[in-house]
Amino acid sequence: MKERLTERIRSLRVSLWTLIVPPSVWAAHFLFSYLWAALNCAKVGQFARFPTLFAVGTVLALLVILAAGAIAYVQQATPGDEPPHESGTRVDRLRFIAKSTLLLAGLSFVGVIFTATPVVFLTDCR
Amino acid sequence: MIPPAALPAGPAAEDRTDQNDPAVRAAQEDRLRAVWQPPSGLFLRWTDVNNNRVGVWYTLTAFGFVLFAGVLALIMRTQLAVPENDLVSANSFNQLFTLHGSMMMFLFAVPMFEAVSIILLPQLLGARDLPFPRLSAFGYWSFLIGGVFVSGSIFFDAAPDGGWFMYPPLTTRTDLSGLGADIWMLGLSFIEVSSVAAAVELIVGVLKCRPPGMRLNLMPLYAWYILVVAVMILFAFPPLIAGDLLFEMERLLGWPFFDAAKGGDPLLWQHLFWIFGHPEVYIVFLPSIALFAMLIPTFAQRHLLGYPWIVLAAVGTAFLSFGLWVHHMFATGLPKISLAFFSAASEAVAIPTGVQVFAFIATLWAGKVKWSTPLLYAVGSLAIFTIGGLTGVMVAVAPFDWQAHDTYFIVAHLHYVLIGGTLLPLFGGLYYYWPLITGKRLSDRLGRTAFWILFTGANLAFFPMHFSGLDGMPRRVFTYPAELGIGGLNLASTIGAYLFASGVALICLDLARSPWRQKAPRNPWNAGTLEWLAHPEDENWGIRSVPLIESRYPIWDQPGFVEKVDQGRFFLPDAEEGRRETIITSVIDARPIAVARLGTPSVVPMITAVALGSVFILTTYHLYTVALVGAVATLACVLYWLWTGTAEIPEKREKPIGHGLTVPLYLSGPSAPGWWAMFITMLADATAFSGLVFGYYFFWTVHPEFPPAALPDPGVQWPMIALGLTAVSWALTIGAREVHARGQVAATRLMLALGIAATLASIPAGLAGPWLAGMDPAQHSYPAIVWTLAIWTVAHAGVGAICQSYTLARSLAGRMTPEYDAEIRNISVFLHFLLFTALVTYATIGLFPEASA
Repeated sequence: MKERLTERIRSLRVSLWTLIVPPSVWAAHFLFSYLWAALNCAKVGQFARFPTLFAVGTVLALLVILAAGAIAYVQQATPGDEPPHESGTRVDRLRFIAKSTLLLAGLSFVGVIFTATPVVFLTDCR
Repeated sequence: MIPPAALPAGPAAEDRTDQNDPAVRAAQEDRLRAVWQPPSGLFLRWTDVNNNRVGVWYTLTAFGFVLFAGVLALIMRTQLAVPENDLVSANSFNQLFTLHGSMMMFLFAVPMFEAVSIILLPQLLGARDLPFPRLSAFGYWSFLIGGVFVSGSIFFDAAPDGGWFMYPPLTTRTDLSGLGADIWMLGLSFIEVSSVAAAVELIVGVLKCRPPGMRLNLMPLYAWYILVVAVMILFAFPPLIAGDLLFEMERLLGWPFFDAAKGGDPLLWQHLFWIFGHPEVYIVFLPSIALFAMLIPTFAQRHLLGYPWIVLAAVGTAFLSFGLWVHHMFATGLPKISLAFFSAASEAVAIPTGVQVFAFIATLWAGKVKWSTPLLYAVGSLAIFTIGGLTGVMVAVAPFDWQAHDTYFIVAHLHYVLIGGTLLPLFGGLYYYWPLITGKRLSDRLGRTAFWILFTGANLAFFPMHFSGLDGMPRRVFTYPAELGIGGLNLASTIGAYLFASGVALICLDLARSPWRQKAPRNPWNAGTLEWLAHPEDENWGIRSVPLIESRYPIWDQPGFVEKVDQGRFFLPDAEEGRRETIITSVIDARPIAVARLGTPSVVPMITAVALGSVFILTTYHLYTVALVGAVATLACVLYWLWTGTAEIPEKREKPIGHGLTVPLYLSGPSAPGWWAMFITMLADATAFSGLVFGYYFFWTVHPEFPPAALPDPGVQWPMIALGLTAVSWALTIGAREVHARGQVAATRLMLALGIAATLASIPAGLAGPWLAGMDPAQHSYPAIVWTLAIWTVAHAGVGAICQSYTLARSLAGRMTPEYDAEIRNISVFLHFLLFTALVTYATIGLFPEASA
């Protein structure tokens, strides 16, 4: 079962578009946070004490980034050519894009948490 | 669609015996030389479009502008050397700092990146030239005209004087600011057009013109950075173009976008400016870091460590840099929660920046370091940049920023960042790449001396500014009282500035002595990357044969690589048909998919730039009628250019490129460079449009009631009719594309003709809403933004109708057939974006008032 899943993941297509999935999720979450705060403050004058919408959005963003990172993690360990994995082969190209995606997922994960932190500490629109 | 050809199995060492005969090779070289012969003659030489010429002109022009802007800075520092100085008036001082900042950003930093990339990119990718050489030339001439226009204004005491970010209302009120503001807006908008043109060229170059075998993981890191930075330009510059548009509408026509008395808001300009302005910082920083990524492996004599980490850093920085803009607006009174989001992103961007610096350090650590002059510049600039980065982390903390905002602390911070992150790396790159461009090395002795003068000068000039800022010296003051006690710090800064300038002068001297020096050997630094295949004795063909790439450092790793390239043993070693050609490959795996015929020297790009420049420049002086003539001339030039120079049907379907590969000579649809250029241009266009839409909804957030109930609105009916007509036009065009592919040419032409009618009908329909409702754009920001959205959309419909007519004409002229159908596939991309624009505009102006009422 696990092997079949691994095989399936490794056969997924990678491209420049999949590479930017994690940072795009960060960007979407950032925009969402900004709009959420700006609209609440401009139109309502406050935001909720426990911001359900914001929490759901943040968890969703983190989950997507985790999923992208997990797929990339499996892909970047695809066996094939010898280290240091710098050759012009299909496997090394796959490993490279997957590795970069994994790193970007890490950065984006931290980025989303950074963005979410202020909502824990700030409670009003001043 | 033709499937990508498979690469030869195994290493390309399979030798080409057909290249063994020296006579064959000499004949090939003669043909290549003839094809790539640059035009000569007093005037005609300037019609060249080859990247090695245009790139050099571009670089020299940008270098000229940096020297000019540097002199402006020296005048300012002289004025500030002692308290209560009166060397220049307050008004002149305003012009000096505005022009200094604007020129350094718009006429030096960004163009210099593009200029260097135009020279280097084809070399790095083993391409004969970039995919659109004439577009490069057009970009250059636009840059030259716009740059001279903006910088020359200071000689007429008419330079912009509102600071490089031109905040309204000071700059939008014509009684407070003169022609300078218009010169800034229109002159720099023109240059932004050329920047976007260069971005299109570079993105398509990186994605489609790589040599066979250079998969994404083998791309030189410089190419990765170019790709990332060019994409950033695509998303950063258009919001500023949108802002410029609103700004000029306010200045020239009195549409009150930024006038709070009439429902506008000056903060809208700040948002649009800084959505551009912050990514801009990284747009000028990343290319310089990219130079490090090329020279550090050379001088460490090993592969760069952490290649995926560098890609992470470049892509990560690019994304995060779009979440920082409000940190320039911390003092504007936005809710703290908004500030905190941007503060968080500003701190996060330190992570990828740190990663790349550590990757460089690790590479040096693990290698055998040769302490050359370029490396000295690289390491020294990292030290300066790091200081600027650390003060950046400080001012990213909002409460600290409130103390330091608009003081010399910020001046110190930004100069550390820009000198360490842009200027010194470029000097390092100059010493590194000078042998590539001229075949000669610069003097190590002068270079090192200059470095230490620059390093000392920069620190002496800018470190004291931290203290003068914290002591309360505001930015942009033309003088200061002696009682403030900052005279000594300022004098030190002035001495440092002169020291720095003398370092630059020493470099200029070194450059000036170059023509009398001996040629250096080929590849003098023993580098491993493709660009060092260049011969000291310049050939204009770019590369003798396009190599098969199997390593990130092919000169080091692939046996006999240089000889094979030189003997034409790789791909496309000849120009049998007497055409300029380069290989087009697939995006991810760089499989050869076509040979592209490239543009030859032509006067059209230059004339187009002059015509477009006249539109911007004449508008500055309110000469609208003549400007309109210029606009028509521009359109005529563009159409002539397209008609005579693009999507030419080749004399045969395909040609062999060696090693048993035969590839087509014509591409259409998503695998073609032209399609990508269209797609990328439209992304930039859509970004500018989103800036305008942002304006509409921004007004909605700042007004308790928006749209204001007292004002008329365009109603639902006409916007929906306009949207319907646009949708019909879109469907007809897409339908035409499909039936055309099935060979039904007559039906295609009919559908295109009907499409033209629908597009044209959508123009009056789009304007009818605001027109019939009697909306007066000078009265309030609401009618002004509605009119702007409507005009933007119908103007695009106008361009759409031109696209459709052009395609119809190409079909009628027999220049587009079902087999060779690039035109209709490219305009389909435009029509997709037109439909999107119409959808957003007409839903916003027609439906939103109903929804919010």
